[in-house]
Amino acid sequence: MIAAAITIAGGAICLAILLTLYRLAVGPDATDRVLALDTLVIETIALIVLGGIAFGIAMYFEAALLFAMVGFVTTVAFCKFLLRGNVIE
Amino acid sequence: MPMLIDALIAALILAGAFFLLVGALGLAKLPDMMRRLHGPTKATTLGIGALLIASMIYFSVARGTFSIHELLITLFLFLTAPVSAHMLAKAHILRATQEREQLPPTGQPSGWATLDDRRSDGM
Amino acid sequence: MRARLLPHPLLTVLVALVFVFLMNEVTPGVVVLGLILGFAIPLLTAPFWPGRPRLKAPLTVAEFMLVVLWDIIVSNIEVAKLILFRRGDSLRTRYVTVPLDLEAPEAIALLAGTITMTPGTVSADLSADGKALLVHCLDTGDPAATVAAIKARYERRLKRIFE
Repeated sequence: MIAAAITIAGGAICLAILLTLYRLAVGPDATDRVLALDTLVIETIALIVLGGIAFGIAMYFEAALLFAMVGFVTTVAFCKFLLRGNVIE
Repeated sequence: MPMLIDALIAALILAGAFFLLVGALGLAKLPDMMRRLHGPTKATTLGIGALLIASMIYFSVARGTFSIHELLITLFLFLTAPVSAHMLAKAHILRATQEREQLPPTGQPSGWATLDDRRSDGM
Repeated sequence: MRARLLPHPLLTVLVALVFVFLMNEVTPGVVVLGLILGFAIPLLTAPFWPGRPRLKAPLTVAEFMLVVLWDIIVSNIEVAKLILFRRGDSLRTRYVTVPLDLEAPEAIALLAGTITMTPGTVSADLSADGKALLVHCLDTGDPAATVAAIKARYERRLKRIFE
């Protein structure tokens, strides 16, 4: 039952990534693209966690944690740049 | 492994994937930036939360190895999602000049922090 | 004396807990090492944390967390329904202003985060003097009721916790 659930969930997450990539490509503004990138990071974390369950490797969580942290800092840095014109003043 | 826990894990995985898909659908479908902000910030955090709880139960019960560090990622995402949403909203308010007239008044002597020139040192 | 050795008791507990979670096992060695880190890190970084918010009502914290968790689940289902079954431009979106009674910056930050995580609302901006919050609602028929709900459900409890 879990294997079937993982297959369906993997398909759903891939579809979600495609929808997010559409928004990333279409825009129209820079903030939309940053939001799409932020969502993409979260979907990647979901894929990593799903892979961890599928292959039974607990090691994947370090990767997911690092991804979460880097993704957050990236989003804040992008927003800071949009707000202020530079990142470190 | 008991059937019930098996079903619980499968249900949590499916629920997580469903909310992630809905969040991305909202991002692709809704017509303007502030509306799009609602989908990903909410739906994705619960989606990730459900997936991580599924993995927590899976590694604890099915494999017999105690596993709690997934909770850390969930907590971290719940703390950071509002912050990044707030930053994105501020960036949008600053950039969308034609939307500034739609903002309601603050009801205070000073304006909104993003647009107020007097004190623009904040985040 | 106690304040100098343990500048942030809650931070000590938090660092120890995060360390135990990261190591992913609860053994005496890990707990002791976590407590040592939780003791040393606040001591070394105390100059960077001048403000010391006090929690006045610890029981209210638990109540607040349960209310917010429940609201997060409900709000997710509501937003999912709105996204799936409504046309995007038929949503009655609008900005509302929430006047704040809270004064502690930590409390305002917590309120803004809570608003973003709960039913159909995103906190978008703060007024420059920190006395009003700009909130964007995804779908609301009665803005005054939304503001009243935010104030009654979250702000009242936060005020009890921090002030």
